Amino acid sequence: MGEISAIMGRELRKWVRSPPLLLMALIQPLFWMGLYGKAFNLTGLFTVPEDVLRNLPPESTRVVASLFNQVASRLFGSPETDYFSFVATGMTSVIVLFVSVFSGMSIAWDRRLGFLNKLLVAPIRRSSIVLGKVLAASVRALVQATMVLLMGLALGVKLNPASPLLVAGAIASIFLLAVSLSSLVIALTLRLKSWEYHMAVANLLNLPLMFTSTALYPQSIMPDWMKPLATLNPLTHAIEVLRGALLYGNSVDLASFQFHLAYLSVFAILAAGLGSYAANRYLSAER
Amino acid sequence: MGVPAIEAEDLRKVFGDVVAVDGISFSVEEGELFGLLGPNGAGKTTTINILTTLIRPTSGSARVWGYDVRTETSKVRSVIGLVPQDLTVDDELTGIENLRLMASLYHVPKDVAERRIEEVLELVDLKEAARRRVETYSGGMRKRLELAAALIHRPKVLFLDEPTLGLDVQTRAHIWDYIRRLVREEQLTVLMTTHYMEEADANCDRVAVIDRGKIMAIGSPRELKAAHGSDVIELEVQGNGIDLHSLVNGVGGVLDLRVEGSRAVLKVSRGEEVLPELVGRLIGGGAIVRRIEMRRPTLDEVFISLTGRSIREEHGSWEEVFRQRLNIRRVRG
Repeated sequence: MGEISAIMGRELRKWVRSPPLLLMALIQPLFWMGLYGKAFNLTGLFTVPEDVLRNLPPESTRVVASLFNQVASRLFGSPETDYFSFVATGMTSVIVLFVSVFSGMSIAWDRRLGFLNKLLVAPIRRSSIVLGKVLAASVRALVQATMVLLMGLALGVKLNPASPLLVAGAIASIFLLAVSLSSLVIALTLRLKSWEYHMAVANLLNLPLMFTSTALYPQSIMPDWMKPLATLNPLTHAIEVLRGALLYGNSVDLASFQFHLAYLSVFAILAAGLGSYAANRYLSAER
Repeated sequence: MGVPAIEAEDLRKVFGDVVAVDGISFSVEEGELFGLLGPNGAGKTTTINILTTLIRPTSGSARVWGYDVRTETSKVRSVIGLVPQDLTVDDELTGIENLRLMASLYHVPKDVAERRIEEVLELVDLKEAARRRVETYSGGMRKRLELAAALIHRPKVLFLDEPTLGLDVQTRAHIWDYIRRLVREEQLTVLMTTHYMEEADANCDRVAVIDRGKIMAIGSPRELKAAHGSDVIELEVQGNGIDLHSLVNGVGGVLDLRVEGSRAVLKVSRGEEVLPELVGRLIGGGAIVRRIEMRRPTLDEVFISLTGRSIREEHGSWEEVFRQRLNIRRVRG
């Protein structure tokens, strides 16, 4: 345990001491949120202009309203949810993806700078090296995700949290997502010689994982081949937990909330196990 | 303990189709400062990496402090310290944070660690700089911190891979002062690599000359020089009328003699014994000696006589050149 927290402490110290990196990492989600969430306003499509509404008989207004409400709840989870809030919660999870994917690069860097050898000659478990880095990535992801959400709030996210317990679930989901993704990425990149390869892996993972999740659009409007991918993608589950806890208020579906959280827990445990196994087996100074 | 501190037997390491280490055997006694001497690419670092459990040998066996480097890796790791070729202390942390990190990686209890950190900082004279970030350190300071970090858990055997690579001459001399002090005060066994022949000569108890993965000779620098090098005597007499050749020819222990007018260059096996006899003969033969000079052999000559090449002709791999530059840049920075 001491060795894991020592490695985690080092990673976090380094991170806290380079604020430019932290800020740069926030720019991309901000863009996605701003461009997609604001410009590409899906909820606008389902808003009936005032003058049209005024010319309709009251009976049909009610029918039209209920129709649009049903469409909105089907797409965005609840009738009150606007597209910007929908995307902002998506982006809060996407930053976790970015942070986790890039966290794997630290092993390639440590290898390059020789620090990895220092860890490897110490009498510690190889898995501690990976777990230390995974936990550091998770703390970073939590901080960055909070910052993205705060930016979202400043730009007009309408929060409607159901209960403190669900909010705690949302925080847990971010942590579990970070553990899942960073463990997988580190397991994949353990033996990579240089960070150039790592960049390639990062690009290979980032966008496909983002687009096969429900970050930008709901699963219901995805093509059929993509839906199962979205269901497998841990990002989707974290996003749904976040939306359930923060946006849907009392209309949240508790059963599916619990399912998403359970899926993430299992995924995180398996991924961390895989990462530790891969580290004990394959992490070495040899290339 | 009776058992050697380090014992390597027929170690081989093959990378693809490159044989980096080709069946080397040697042992290092407790308390010795042992040097692996050879050009870049000779297999020195690979040997250190095998002995420090970083890589597994293709065949052969090795024990460090009695523990097998293949099967008892964590025992080996807990009794050794490694100062790698690259500067690997963390730039963004302070000196003391680097040492605390090492202490926890070696499971040194907190209170013991704090006292030990004070001790090692004292040992390498970094007390004042300890709370500054390493990025503000000079190259020599970094190397000293690196030494301190490798000592935090009181290792029995210290491995130094090219401890002075990329440092300027003065700093190199300082680092050596520190290394000798560590060996004395911490009762360490040290295995180091270097391609600076003078440094090995001045500091190692014994050296193994290694070339292309093979050990060419092992012994103290003095033994090696006596066995594979020769003293060189250069002299000049006044006037041209003297037949230097016949005067010098009878002197015992002369291996090679070249005469050019009033000058002569001799290779001899025991210069200190040849010199008096030589001077006696010259004076007895009526020559007036204007100048006489004796040079002792260097390990460089030993290397040339063993391998037929000078150690300096070798060029490092691209990667090594890159690392060296990286180190030099850090030293300047």
